Amino acid sequence: MSFPWSKQYTPSHPVMTWLDEKLPLPRLVYNAVGGGYEVPRNLNYFWNFGFLAGFCLVIQIVTGVILAMHYGGDTSVAFNSTEHIMRDVNWGWMLRYGHANGAAAFFAVIYLHIFRGFYYGSYKAPREMIWLLGVVIFLLMMATAFMGYVLPWGQMSYWAAQVITGLFSSIPLVGDPLREWLLGGFAPGNATLNRFFSLHFLLPFVILGVVILHIWSLHIPGSSNPTGVEVKSESDTVPFHPYYTAKDGWTVGLFMVIYSLFVFYMPNALGHPDNYIPANPMQTPAHIVPEWYFWPFYAILRSFTQNFLIFDAKLLGVLAMFAAILVWFFLPWLDKSPVRSATYRPLYRKFFWLLVVDVLILGYLGKAPAEQPYVLISQLATMYYFLHFLVIVPIVSSIERPDPLPFSITESVLGSDGAAKLTTTKS
Amino acid sequence: MIRIISILTGLFFTAALLWSLTLDTIQLSKDGLPHTVEKAYVNHHLKDLKLKSDGIFGKFDKAQLKRGFEVYQGVCASCHSMGQVSYRSLAALGYSETEVKAIAAKATVSAKDPLTGEIKDRPGQPSDKFPKVIYAGVGNPPDLSLITKARHGGAAYVYSLLTGYEAQQPAALLKEFPDAKTGENMHYNPYFANLNIAMAPPLASDDLVTYTDGTKATKDQMAQDVAAFLVWTAEPELEQRHQTGLWWVLFMLFATVLGYMSYRNIWAEKKGH
Ligand code: HEC
Ligand code: HEM
Repeated sequence: MSFPWSKQYTPSHPVMTWLDEKLPLPRLVYNAVGGGYEVPRNLNYFWNFGFLAGFCLVIQIVTGVILAMHYGGDTSVAFNSTEHIMRDVNWGWMLRYGHANGAAAFFAVIYLHIFRGFYYGSYKAPREMIWLLGVVIFLLMMATAFMGYVLPWGQMSYWAAQVITGLFSSIPLVGDPLREWLLGGFAPGNATLNRFFSLHFLLPFVILGVVILHIWSLHIPGSSNPTGVEVKSESDTVPFHPYYTAKDGWTVGLFMVIYSLFVFYMPNALGHPDNYIPANPMQTPAHIVPEWYFWPFYAILRSFTQNFLIFDAKLLGVLAMFAAILVWFFLPWLDKSPVRSATYRPLYRKFFWLLVVDVLILGYLGKAPAEQPYVLISQLATMYYFLHFLVIVPIVSSIERPDPLPFSITESVLGSDGAAKLTTTKS
Repeated sequence: MIRIISILTGLFFTAALLWSLTLDTIQLSKDGLPHTVEKAYVNHHLKDLKLKSDGIFGKFDKAQLKRGFEVYQGVCASCHSMGQVSYRSLAALGYSETEVKAIAAKATVSAKDPLTGEIKDRPGQPSDKFPKVIYAGVGNPPDLSLITKARHGGAAYVYSLLTGYEAQQPAALLKEFPDAKTGENMHYNPYFANLNIAMAPPLASDDLVTYTDGTKATKDQMAQDVAAFLVWTAEPELEQRHQTGLWWVLFMLFATVLGYMSYRNIWAEKKGH
């Protein structure tokens, strides 16, 4: 946010003065990620994941655009063109492994980013819009990753397209025509692959656009912080540059080390072997499993096994799977607690950790085959997931007695704050 | 208002799940936990296979790859295609240009005649990929180019499968699952996903090939060599990947340490603790 003590941009060279008058781009950068943007001084490493997510988006766009130069979006060549990239294109294997593992890294980073929000109440006023845009980004990411996974046209690609578009046919009346319209046919085929390629190329740029809005709306109130106490005075903040450029910078290095270990030394560890078998509509794989980052949602989908009232089991599963993400949209209004950070919310904090465990269990179950005892456990875990957001969070936020908050960010860091003494002596 | 709607929605999902849970539990108490022949009898403990290409510093053992290629050519190629591999890439195994040409020329490739445009058979050229093998027997032999990436366990799986055939099915298995009895023209192999495979043991006796490097072609040797070779066909970039990765990761570590030091330096007087 722009505080009264935020530094102003002063061009240091006549060329920059000239440019600043015509197109104040350097000023924009200075105020967004430079010395002009004041940020709480006490951010912990969980605040690094937004920057890392942006970095992942860049990796995906750069590797993706080059992959698209060599890829063929036609069912008769898609699988072989992917192998052509792996074998004949210079550094093609690095691009493809980089892109596939980049998607996984992107989701890992995003999940940490989202759970940071759950823990520190980042979604609360005045930051609701940042959160809402974030959920939109996440939905777009899921669509992008799903369509990307279909492109190599392996067995899992084909059957993922079959299963996921099949979900739409559970919608009453319009379901089947809708599914055919999405696929461009009765089953995944060339029309499907073509439109998925087109959309998979487009959506990352839409994501980029929404990311810009996300950051724009972030810069209005500025970042929250681990105490959840708003910035009060100059001693609470530091300029983004050099303080947070340095902090984000070195964690990009750390991220690159971990990510590179996957790309170079275990490039297929996260993938499914079946996707190295060319798509075959006549042969259903023994287990159809999505990539790991969809496992929790897949478990929710499959936990509805029986028709209930007028609702078809499959339709309930689909509704629940989408609802599992849509509830995040309402979180700012479901959680009424004025205290943001779970550090000062003893009761909510316990439920937060239960949610983490619950989602990990759902993840494990999403990978497991759809048989007992996994189905029973996923029914319980799905139940808890919805109870957490829809019942526990609203109730806890009204009955909980939070712990005392520090007076200010400075006090929480230094143990005392001159401004605090000032206010207490005055009053 | 929103919280009332939310709690009601939460209770709706809970009710639907409890309903599923109840019916499923009743069903489960009738059926018991699923007990399938795959779960009980497929052997997921693959035989140990150590290859020079394993690990961060792993490199291909070219002599072994050549032997593996001889096994493929001499045994597997009568049934299995290897369509992603081109003849010219065999140079990576240490074959000279003339040798590659000679190997390619032995194959018949149907390709467009550049002059007339008609599809004609001609001898293979180094730029050709291995042609499709026409197979008329029982079952459907998969293309082997990517097989070590397309199965859990990779090369160790291929090795275990090739050496894991058993003449007799365990009596307990037949008693428990009479349907799993090996059918006519099928072969019992506990490493295969459904225990009965259409492929007859391809390496049933020693000396099916004569290795040019003089190594004795035992069954086990041939199985190891062809597994190693199939790692190469699936991941020809492996060596380059390992080597590039090493420099790249070391460089990144170095940059990270520098970045961390400058971060500490910049924040030195700010932290206050
Ligand atoms: C006589 C023909 C024949 C020969 C020779 C042959 N195979 Fe096969 N192979 C098959 C058939 C048929 C299948 C399909 C089996 C099935 O799906 O039941 C198969 C399947 C396989 C599989 C896949 C098993 C799976 O998990 O699906 C591998 C790996 C394999 N063969 C390797 C080899 C190797 C290596 C050789 C050479 C040493 C070889 N085969 C020689 C016919 C053959
Ligand atoms: C949010 C960003 C993105 C995500 C999460 C994502 C995800 C994925 C995934 C999961 C795959 C399948 C992995 C595989 O190849 O096995 C894939 C493939 C692919 N992506 Fe992306 N992607 C993103 C951005 C892009 C962009 C910007 C482009 C191009 C403009 C692109 C082009 C491609 C192409 C051509 C393929 C198929 C090539 C291949 O399979 O080797 N992607 N993507």
